[in-house]
Amino acid sequence: MQPVNTQHLRNYPKKPTQVYLFGTCIVDSFFPDSGMDAIELLEREGIEVIYPQGQSCCGQPAYNSGYKEEAKAVAMAQVKQFPLDIPVVVISGSCGGMMRHHYLDLLSDDPAINNFCQRVFEFTEFLVHVLRLKPIDQGEKERVALHTSCAARREMGVHITGNKLISQLANVDLVLHDYESECCGFGGTFAVKHADISAAMVADKSKHLVASDVVRYVSADHGCMMNINGALDYQKESLRGEHIASYLLNRIKGQSKAQSKGQSAKEAL
Amino acid sequence: MKHVHEEESKYAASAKDFRKNVTRDLANEELRANFRGAMDYLMDKRKSAFSSADELEVLREQCKLIKQRCLAKLPHLLEQLEDKLEHNGIKVHWAETVTEANEIIAQLIAEKKAKTVVKGKSMVSEETALNDYLEARDVECLESDMGEYIVQLAKQHPSHIIMPAIHQNKQQVAQLFADNIDGFEYSTDVDTLIQQGRTILRDKFCQADVGISGVNFAVAETGTLCLVENEGNGRMCTTIPDLHIAITGIEKVVEHLADVPPLLSLLTRSATGQAISTYFNMISSPRKQGEKDGPKEVHLVLLDNGRSQAFADEELRQTLQCIRCGACMNHCPVYTRIGGHAYGTVYPGPIGKIISPHMLGLDATTNLPTASTLCGACGEVCPVKIPIPKILLRLREESVKPNREQPQVMQGQGAGRSAVEAIIWKIWAQVHKSPTLYALSMWCLTRCRFLMPKKLAGWTSVRTAPKLAATTLHQQIKAKQAKQGRG
Repeated sequence: MQPVNTQHLRNYPKKPTQVYLFGTCIVDSFFPDSGMDAIELLEREGIEVIYPQGQSCCGQPAYNSGYKEEAKAVAMAQVKQFPLDIPVVVISGSCGGMMRHHYLDLLSDDPAINNFCQRVFEFTEFLVHVLRLKPIDQGEKERVALHTSCAARREMGVHITGNKLISQLANVDLVLHDYESECCGFGGTFAVKHADISAAMVADKSKHLVASDVVRYVSADHGCMMNINGALDYQKESLRGEHIASYLLNRIKGQSKAQSKGQSAKEAL
Repeated sequence: MKHVHEEESKYAASAKDFRKNVTRDLANEELRANFRGAMDYLMDKRKSAFSSADELEVLREQCKLIKQRCLAKLPHLLEQLEDKLEHNGIKVHWAETVTEANEIIAQLIAEKKAKTVVKGKSMVSEETALNDYLEARDVECLESDMGEYIVQLAKQHPSHIIMPAIHQNKQQVAQLFADNIDGFEYSTDVDTLIQQGRTILRDKFCQADVGISGVNFAVAETGTLCLVENEGNGRMCTTIPDLHIAITGIEKVVEHLADVPPLLSLLTRSATGQAISTYFNMISSPRKQGEKDGPKEVHLVLLDNGRSQAFADEELRQTLQCIRCGACMNHCPVYTRIGGHAYGTVYPGPIGKIISPHMLGLDATTNLPTASTLCGACGEVCPVKIPIPKILLRLREESVKPNREQPQVMQGQGAGRSAVEAIIWKIWAQVHKSPTLYALSMWCLTRCRFLMPKKLAGWTSVRTAPKLAATTLHQQIKAKQAKQGRG
């Protein structure tokens, strides 16, 4: 088992000319606009983004359900899709954690797996530590909250990198909501298998976010957002979460969420 | 398997009722408020107990290594402990099952024709349901830890491993005392409540024939039993009655006396944020000739109860590193919501989810490893760095693996396997490992998105259903590239 929270000890490479994007299955099927925004943001920084069409899912759903062999078959198929020695940027902290840390265990019989895992970067981690992105904020003044998924926080240190990116936005006031570090209750199949516990958790998370009096919350994980936005929608609250890739892009371009490609209607739950 | 359950314990039955228990306790607003308030308090206390994150990390690493070293030498250390204790005049008994442990203790009590027992706090004696066993044999057991006393009066079980009555607020305790204690002067002031409780307990200490306690660390090198406590009741139990019986799990043995200070420091700070507990007892022998006090006889019962099953597997062995501080439950978002009783096990919370399957079988506890979002809060605070989320994953794997043709790792493995679920994951893997099948399935899904149900079991009870995109990321990128190619 890899120790967690060692992201700051990584040796980060110089800014590359090419990267792979791992889109994740949730983004692919539910929130493709976040993926397109991530690509646009990377391309604006002069990076060529390669999106292998053979990719599907990191294998986490099966892995977390105890179906290790099934997870392994899917994980192996992913690794094959990213042969070049360039960074693999993952636009979800929990899928990133899966590919960076858990693949080492799951695919330990593959001698090349260490090299692959070393190339995996969570999206905000990549922006902060590899691109050293300094976003120029063109947006209007607003208050936002940041929700970091637990795997992203504890396996990839995204609460630090996400915070750093948003803090650099001159017109954005980053508000810390109550119980900021507490889990939203998603947990993949947990939300279905133990629906009542999950419901109690997301009720609290959405309550704290609403109480923080922000215009939106930002997250680097669509799993949590599917959960929290779904709860907010059910409660008829207007607050919604937005993927950090879309949020940054909109701030840089000076577009509010509603202006940008009608995304709120199309993408938010 | 060496480890056999002769009878299904009451805990196995209540652990099986996990889902029912959860529904019951989630609906109890007062209970939830009690837990939230208490856990917030304990998290703050722990946080303020360490001067820096670096100090905490260094201590955690050190204590993890101590426990791992002691576990690596466990069989040898247990023999050494027995030798040293016997040399010091403390009699050692070995119990493989909870029934054996209870029989040994009942026998020791019967030999003295003793009728009253006063108990210090011991989770291992909860594991064996010792009070029930002795009371069925006409031996009166009185819990002397304030929390345990409250729980005993209320005819409940501990809801937390170090704060047994944390599920009750002061109004509830005041009512409980009013209903059960003659001459109780009604008050909801915590100090007054404790004072009145202690007055009753003090008399009992002097009358009891036997004292029973737990053990936090059993030192092999010196044959010393260490007991951490805050109320002085542990010292009373282990010094006033003529017969002192200590009971603990085999994983509590440490090699050297020098191993104790770092473990103790991390234990009290992780548990309650205290730099040191109010009392720390080191018991090394019964009363010696010429000494004026102390028990005339001291016995130690070492209980296995499934621990050797965990020990046999390198990954699961890490479960035994636990020093029972309770930090994992204090920081667990699931425990905070459902409370300690919903688990139905002696040990609740994250540590309960990974230790109980060895004690009760994975068949009785199959709902526990899945009742986690794998958020990792427990692993982050564990003072001995038990990778609790990783072990939960491992238990999920053991729970769903086909029972035949597999080596037997633990009792009840395969109990959580459902044929339907297994087939779904097989199909899922086939689709997601084949780019062609995945593309085809996504093509079909996006075309048929209007068929997507508005109601999804569990999910839509508090959320709206997510909507599939009209075009996937794969398709959008393909379209963009085609456009650029043409342009």
